[in-house]
Amino acid sequence: MTATGIGAAVKRVEDFRFLTGRGNYTDDIDRPGQAYAWILRSPHAHAQIMKIDTAKAAAAPGVIAVFTGKDLQADGIGGLPCGWQVNNKDDSPMAEPAHPALATDKVRHVGDQVAVVIAESKDEARVAAELIAVDYTPLPAVLDMNAAIAGGALVHEDAPDNTCYDWHIGDAAAVDDAFKQAAHVAQIDIVNNRLVPNAIEPRAAIGDFDTATGEYTLYTTSQNPHVIRLLMGAFVLNIPEHKLRVIAPDVGGGFGSKIYHYAEEAIVTWAAGKLRRPVKWTAERSESFMTDCHGRDHATHAEMAMDKNGKFLALRVATKANMGAYLSTFAPCVPTYLYATLLAGVYTTPQIYCEVRAVFTNTVPVDAYRGAGRPEASYLLERLVDRAARETGLSQVEIRERNFIAADAFPYQTPVALEYDSGDYGATLDQALTAIAYDKFEARKKKSAKTGKRRGIGFSTYIEACGIAPSAVVGSLGARAGLFESAEVRVHPTGSVTVFTGSHSHGQGHETTFAQLISDTLGVPFEGIDIVHGDTGRIAYGMGTYGSRSLAVGGEAIMRATNRIVDKARKIAAHMLEASEEDIEFKDGTFTVSGTDKALSFGEVALSAYVPHNFPHETLEPGLNETAFYDPANFTYPGGCHICEVEIDPDTGEIEIADFVAVDDVGRVVNPMIVEGQVHGGVAQGIGQALLEGCVYDGTGQLLTGSYMDYTMPRADNLPAFKVSTNTTLCAHNSLGVKGCGEVGAIGSPPAVINAIVDALWDDGVRDISMPATPEKIWQAIQAGQRAAAAE
Amino acid sequence: MYDFNYHRVGSTDEAAEKLKAAEDATLVAGGMTLIPTLKQRLASPSDVVDLSGVSDLVGITVDGSSVTIGAMTTHGAVTGSSDVRGAIPALADLAGEIGDAQVRHRGTIGGSVANNDPAADYPAACIGLGATIVTTAREIAADDFFTGLFDTALDEGEIITAIRFPKPKRAAYMKFPNPASRYALVGVFVAETNDGVRVAVTGAGDDGVFRVAEMESALAKNFAPDAIADITVPDGGLNSDIHASAEYRAHLITVMAKRAVAAAG
Repeated sequence: MTATGIGAAVKRVEDFRFLTGRGNYTDDIDRPGQAYAWILRSPHAHAQIMKIDTAKAAAAPGVIAVFTGKDLQADGIGGLPCGWQVNNKDDSPMAEPAHPALATDKVRHVGDQVAVVIAESKDEARVAAELIAVDYTPLPAVLDMNAAIAGGALVHEDAPDNTCYDWHIGDAAAVDDAFKQAAHVAQIDIVNNRLVPNAIEPRAAIGDFDTATGEYTLYTTSQNPHVIRLLMGAFVLNIPEHKLRVIAPDVGGGFGSKIYHYAEEAIVTWAAGKLRRPVKWTAERSESFMTDCHGRDHATHAEMAMDKNGKFLALRVATKANMGAYLSTFAPCVPTYLYATLLAGVYTTPQIYCEVRAVFTNTVPVDAYRGAGRPEASYLLERLVDRAARETGLSQVEIRERNFIAADAFPYQTPVALEYDSGDYGATLDQALTAIAYDKFEARKKKSAKTGKRRGIGFSTYIEACGIAPSAVVGSLGARAGLFESAEVRVHPTGSVTVFTGSHSHGQGHETTFAQLISDTLGVPFEGIDIVHGDTGRIAYGMGTYGSRSLAVGGEAIMRATNRIVDKARKIAAHMLEASEEDIEFKDGTFTVSGTDKALSFGEVALSAYVPHNFPHETLEPGLNETAFYDPANFTYPGGCHICEVEIDPDTGEIEIADFVAVDDVGRVVNPMIVEGQVHGGVAQGIGQALLEGCVYDGTGQLLTGSYMDYTMPRADNLPAFKVSTNTTLCAHNSLGVKGCGEVGAIGSPPAVINAIVDALWDDGVRDISMPATPEKIWQAIQAGQRAAAAE
Repeated sequence: MYDFNYHRVGSTDEAAEKLKAAEDATLVAGGMTLIPTLKQRLASPSDVVDLSGVSDLVGITVDGSSVTIGAMTTHGAVTGSSDVRGAIPALADLAGEIGDAQVRHRGTIGGSVANNDPAADYPAACIGLGATIVTTAREIAADDFFTGLFDTALDEGEIITAIRFPKPKRAAYMKFPNPASRYALVGVFVAETNDGVRVAVTGAGDDGVFRVAEMESALAKNFAPDAIADITVPDGGLNSDIHASAEYRAHLITVMAKRAVAAAG
């Protein structure tokens, strides 16, 4: 391993510019002659728009134009498309109601876009927006999923019972049979709480139009600029790709929320063309709360059938998933193919049946958020396994060990479509047990009891599927896109290298990790490598970054392009050294003729590629520039064991995370420091979901948790010092052996935290606690448990 | 924010003139409440009069019987003052728990007291210690000052210049923070003063800070946590919101009061 190669903890090269304020975020960009957009948003959760009077606003100082949904309609602007079709149990397609970029006849959630004012300054646009008179007739809002499917108000006339789809997977009859044989059945009802994503950088977009070339440019806070170009260009604005450039420069966090195509992107691009001026929009934080897609929001009943030894026989799951008011770009796949397919977990459960009903409500649309479906699956399963242990009298460790897929059982086909390629769940659990000193837990519990505190320990042995994905598989499951990745490796005449990747870094550190791949493979010094991402004008194509796919798919594409560079350079070296290609060895940046001292540096070969004075041009082309598109053979399957230890003050319900261990199998680790950082961030978000974060609407559809005064983000003093390590099995189907690390923390941690709380309070009669487990909930649960015990 | 006229004044007299002259003026001290309110367009004053240039409103003086803190003294200055810590450690501790470091280095005691946010910390100290609010016009006992939610006894144009806290025999403040805002979900200031025991509660009351007479008389007889263990404030007048029910707040008042008594020693 070299100091900058694969496996080295290289410091992130991007951090200097971020930490010294030199980042180039969308809002940092100003175009000559730029105007500013302010979006007027609905104050109602559900209302008919009777009339919009924009006359006063249009006459206000500085105002250039005011547009409503009717103006977009008049220009033939389409609605926002959905990128994934899920079918019902009877194979009919899901309900897919229109999603206008600006509302026309109805508003369907607080924050829905109603009109846009474009003015010389943001302030003037905002002032003018207050002068727009909208005549609303409020309609009853439907917020609760049960009410929505039980004849509540209709969010969309063309979605009866507010149902988007009623989908299922697995063999229901086989599951029913298995339940008849069961010696034990454990069951659970759980809610996976709705979360607000809260990237540190609010969304922003600038539309620009070049009157000379007719080319549009959209600068936007996106995780996948090529996908936005395709969706917005082809489906909304009808601009062909060669006339539309999408640039996603530095982006300050996404967590999924910046995957989707949002109305504001289409509005500013369209308006820039119409007004022949650049138009900029930047969200206020309060707009982020009510317009960035939310995450999670499932309600589930699940049952596990077991034999007398606690071996899992079958799992039956029924889930309701909230879609919000409109279908966001990838929303339908989250509670189906990213959720139910993970319900085998790390266990040999032979039969699984899951049905999912996706429901429209008058709330912000819900889509993928760090983990997307997999946190919901692991939370459900790991809470249920905890319950199964209580049911059978087995320990939390024993019930898992009895049901683990064995290390020698790979490839392992689950009953819910996926084929796992590698893993060693027992070894991962053992490593975690050692790290938390499990054998001394009882002593720690006794010590806590002496000060009146309750101590508990909770486990989560999770798996996830990422590195999405084989295009053929997702295509057969309803994806309207492929999920490959592209890379171009351009070696310059003096041997420095620029890599153009279709992945997008918005906090992940790609500029470091990807450069390590190049440095390791080509032997080029780290300083001689640049990673370019986020610009459809510079990068051939890209599917972007989400689902922990950048290294497993994007990195593999880079490796393939880099290997092609080595192949081409070897040909050139053979020519220069007058040897046969087979005799050329390449190591540490030097080409040698085996068995001789004849050698050329990589830089010399690169120079020759661009100064090909004596190349045999029929057989050897000049240049050293290679491209690869990589479509993976399978998903990758990171997994791990998270163990949480909590101490609870029964007087107040306050909870302290006394210890937290994460042992993750993310495949080969390219940069251990970055992996550790990703796990830290993910675990912090997972603990945030478990203890602090919860999106709350009131009965009329107003967002009560609409700012940091009421929505609790995890902060450093909420979190312990994590004990993070890896236990590696290599991915079997990519050359790097990598799996992915971006989401594991958020997927693995919530059930460990909640299981620990239930364990701590079991003797107080507490059997369940919902997320977020706030001090009041814990205190109330203790009171209820003690009351129940007293009544017995 | 909406446009307004901005005035940076050098004295309280000048501030009073500006207030009087303007159509709808407001004072800004540290701005930790006003500025976010303006940015969210929840307020639209015609004029904003900035007190940050009034240097004689800044400072801490301690004599044998009291600590006097100038209205424009920041929370950071209070918590970092060895004089305050020596005289009334509970007050220094309380100031150190307000907001975060940035807020503590901008926010001022006068601004906090004048705003009378029902979840702010300083009102509990003022009531708990029996402080006196000194203004440009008069001196007001804290018990008479906090008149309701965001409401005080201040008259139009009257400006707080200082808060005078009598030194207690012993005192402590226990705060159970709102997990999101870190304001007090429940904060209890307990003090044994020369005029008796005081128990002041912030964060919980639906009408702002209040005293708990039953706890005060129990503690006057026996200044020990057990003396108030069975005293519960009725939840009728307490806040109930997404962060805590009135029932839970009532419970926390007793727990925090006991802890404050224990900490006061």
